[in-house]
Order: sequence, then structure tokens, then C-alpha cells
Amino acid sequence: MQADIERIGARDASEDGSTPLTLGFIPLVDAAPLIVAKEKGFAAAEGLALALARETSWANIRDRVMLAHFDAAHMLGPMPIASTLGIGHVAVPMIAPFSLGLGGNAITLSPAVYEAMEAAGAELGAGPAAMGRAFAAVVARGREAGRGPLTLAVVHPFSGHNYELRYWLASSGIDPDRDVRIIVLPPPFMVDAVLERQIDGFCVGEPWNSLAVEAGAGVIVATKSALWRQGPEKVLGFRADFAERSPETLAALLRALSKAAAWAGHAANHAELSLILAAPAYLGTSARIIARALSGSLVRKSGSPPSLVPDFLVFHDHAANFPWQSHALWFYSQMVRWGQVPYAPGLADTARRVYRPDLYRAALAGTGIDLPRASAKVEGALKTATPVASRNGAMILGPDGFFDGRLFDPDEIEAYIASF
Amino acid sequence: MKDAPLHILLIDDDSVRASVIDEGLREAGHSRITVITDMRQLLRQIVEADPDVIFIDLENPNRDVLEQMFQVSRSVPKPVVMFVDQSDKASTEAAIDAGVSAYVVDGLRKERVKPILDMAISRFNAFHRLREELHRTRQALEDRKIIDKAKGILMKSRGISEEEAYALLRRTAMNESRRVADVARSLITAVRLLS
Repeated sequence: MQADIERIGARDASEDGSTPLTLGFIPLVDAAPLIVAKEKGFAAAEGLALALARETSWANIRDRVMLAHFDAAHMLGPMPIASTLGIGHVAVPMIAPFSLGLGGNAITLSPAVYEAMEAAGAELGAGPAAMGRAFAAVVARGREAGRGPLTLAVVHPFSGHNYELRYWLASSGIDPDRDVRIIVLPPPFMVDAVLERQIDGFCVGEPWNSLAVEAGAGVIVATKSALWRQGPEKVLGFRADFAERSPETLAALLRALSKAAAWAGHAANHAELSLILAAPAYLGTSARIIARALSGSLVRKSGSPPSLVPDFLVFHDHAANFPWQSHALWFYSQMVRWGQVPYAPGLADTARRVYRPDLYRAALAGTGIDLPRASAKVEGALKTATPVASRNGAMILGPDGFFDGRLFDPDEIEAYIASF
Repeated sequence: MKDAPLHILLIDDDSVRASVIDEGLREAGHSRITVITDMRQLLRQIVEADPDVIFIDLENPNRDVLEQMFQVSRSVPKPVVMFVDQSDKASTEAAIDAGVSAYVVDGLRKERVKPILDMAISRFNAFHRLREELHRTRQALEDRKIIDKAKGILMKSRGISEEEAYALLRRTAMNESRRVADVARSLITAVRLLS
């Protein structure tokens, strides 16, 4: 029996003197920069022979980076932080010098729950606040009727999915630990779990929301980009010692990924990209479904016309690849908020330093890529596209607001946590 | 290893491979084995089985579910043995030393099941003993700091010696059937409130 870890392209490695690198990935649309770096030759141009290893669980991704089976991997943004802080598992210091993109997730609820929300005034495509009110009404009605709490699934406890789902619920007046039940479920099982009524909804990355819609198993009620325009998602995670051992290799990889992310973010390439990602070795699903996430043109409900979601998934624009330390600190603030780790200034500082803008700047200094001067920013402060100081003078960052209008000032974490 | 027969839970959606491991475990003298091949309602199945050790295929996406379970449930985490039937240069030893449970690599043969099971359990136990010890040491240090502070308060406010202050704390703890450190902590809180 053959296990189905696929070392895509492992045979090419180092035949021509290039540096072999093995990267792990989970079959999701936001793994695109890694796949493009290999398939479109950006890695080879930097002297790297990439081997991509498909994994089935985030725990495996993390363990295999820890054990140096992988040189780096497509990781959930909070994961290298949790690993460095030693929460949920053993402490192994990790770093994230590159963000693989912004957005890309969505919250999908079962058709039955959505119908009840419509009865409570929800309309397809409404904003997260209105959807949250309708969902809260459904939750309250269930409680009054003495029914057990609804069950929602996320992909991992230390994931943007967990935090954005909880953020939305809490903002809507729903206690995520008391009024609903949140469990972990692998993405490929979510559609069946909804159909079998084991769960009532989930927060997951693409293509799983669109696949659920396609199967008539769910209705997309909120996108990550609507909850937090420009919210951080996956990163490239390394063991911390990799940067000391092989700084040149790391820099070469970041340059390759930066070019790959730019290519992937270009609308003219989306048709080709959806075909690349659809291959059995990568996502193994329909290019037509993948294209929805790439274009941000989502079908929210089976049979409904597609609607355009601005900034649904951003690979490169708005400094999407820059590893803002304010992103690391926001993830840490949510870990504290939901009781996964205590607050301590030392822990916050450790979390902040997992994200490595210094390595990003060093790697991309010789390229034309513009680099922000600051390493952290007040998240949610930009209501419109705004120029910020950068190496080349000024660069434009897109609107980045949270849907509830809150600001996250990385210098005021304690006050931020206390404000909820 | 314990004298009571170990209850082993085997999670694998591949029933043929599950039977290879099952057989390996039985030949190694283990008879209490529960096999799960249907991944639906996995959490409930694991909770109901309440095993001593879990075997799971490394390629099973439910690994994340398992981790979540250990985080939220108050039950003590169980050693998890992970396997994948393909060759790999990875060293099982390194994996276990890193605190990751065992990875069975280099082909899945039933005669390899027992030594890896034994090693995973013993390393897991050692790891947990270490963690508990660390926790106890930290607690003791913390307690001592609190008690010292409370002693200082008593010495100053009552004009008594250090021994007398400690004796007073201990007597109060005994009378109230509480820990000395807890009495000391209440004293510090009370002083903070009054000052």
C-alpha cells in the first residue's frame, strides 16, 4: 500500500547544482504561491529545486517542519506563534518571514440554518453585522426552544478560521464557548458532516466553501475579507534555526515566492492558475470552482448568480506578502482572548518576533518590490486606500477595516483585549 | 509498562492496513484493541473507547481533531503513535525526543509495531513526568515567594520574628485546613485591599 504523500518534482532536485528544498502544503487555493513558484519556474530562476509535499493535516505540517522533514511549509498564520510559545504542543521556535496572502476564507452555514436566518431578516450578500444579527436570532430561538447548541467547525484551534469565526460570533452577541459549539474537523469532511447534520456550519478556506455551495450543503454568509478587509491568513513557516543556517537559501525562496505571488495575483493569469491548481497532484478539484476564489466572484448559494467580493483573496497587492508584526500580535491577542494562553508582555514580545519583516526586507532589498518602513501598523485604521511611507517614497495600502469598526493598536494589546 | 492490559485504539480508514497493525499488536501480546475505520463522529468514538494509547495513520486528516480533543478535554492526553507506510529517512528517535509522538516510518511491518509502541509509551510517560515535575517546581518556587512576602508583612505589622511569623501562618493553615501558601496569598490580598 502506498501512502499518498506526493513528492512532486523530488526527482528534479539538485541534478543541475541547484539547491533542493522541500516544502509542505495543504491542498487549498492559498497554497498557490508555492505551487506557482515551482510550476512557473520562479524557484528555478533563483537556483532552487523545489519539491512540494502534499499533506493532509496541519498537525503534520507543523511536526514535519519541526523534524526538518520539510525546510518550510504553507502554514496557518497563528501556527508558528503557537509552536514558538509552546501552546498546544511542544515548544519549537519557528519564524514566519513571508505572508502567503490575505483573506480567502469564508463562513458557510447549512441551508436549514440559513433559511431560519432569512426568516429572521437575513438577505444573501448582506454584511457581517446584519448576518450576525440574524444568526444570533436563530441561536436565541434554539435556546428558548430548549434545543442543544448549534455546532460549527474550524480547521485547527490555532487558525485564522477559529479567530475570525469567534470574532464574528462575539461581535454579534453570541458567546462562542457557551451559545454554540466549535469543533475541529478536516476540510474534506465538512460537506458530508453538514449533510449528515453533525455540524451546522464551518469556517474554512477555499475551495471548500464553494464546494459546499455546489453540493447544496451550505450558504456562504460571510467572507473573511468582509470581517477584516486585508486580514492575514497563511504564512511560510520555517524552523527558527533555518534562517541562521541557510540565510541565502531563505532569501532566494522569498524572492521566488514574491514573484510567484505577484504572478498569481494578476487577473490575466487566473485561468491558467486555476488549471495548474486543479491538477490531481495539487488540489485535485474542478478548475471552475477554484476560479471563483481567484476572481473573488463567489456563488453564495446554490443556483444564485455570482457576486464580486472585493479583496476576497489577495496574493500580492496591498503589501500582502509583508509579515506585519501587528498581524502576529493580533493573533496573539486572540489566543489570549479565547483562553489559549495567558497575557504577559514577554509572551507578546515573543509572539511579535515570530514574524520577521527584517528577513523579508533583506531578501527583497535588491528587487523592485516596495518595502514598508514600519514593521507594525494600527490594524483597521485605513478606511480607504492610503499611501504609507516606504523605501520608494510611498506605497498604497488598501482599506483594512474590521467590520465592527474596532482598531487594533499593537502598542495597546492589553487594552484591546480588555475592550471585548 | 503497566500490568493491566493496555487498551489500544487504532484509527485507520484503510481496513486492510488496520488489520496488519491489529495482528502485529496481538502477536506482541496485546489483546485489548479497538479499531475505528469509520471516521464519522470520531470524537465521540474516541471518548467512548477511552483508550490508553492511540495509533493513527499519519495521513489521516483527523490528526487535527485529535489535538483539539487533548486541548479542550480535561482528560489526560494519551500517547499517540503515528504511522505511515512509506520509506523516509526520518528518525523515529528524533521525533520522539522532540516531544512529537512516535512516527513509524520505513515501511509498515507488523514485527515493528511492538518496539515502537513500547518506546512511544515510555517516552510519552517520561515527557509527562518531566512536565509535571517542572510544574511542581514552579509551583513550589511561587509558593515560597508568596510565603516570604506574607512573613515579611507579619514581622513588620506585629513586630515578631521570622520563625514566629511562619508558625503563625502554619497554625492558621492547620486550623482552616488550607495550604500555608493559600493563607499567605489571602493575607497579601487583604493587605493590598486595606492599604
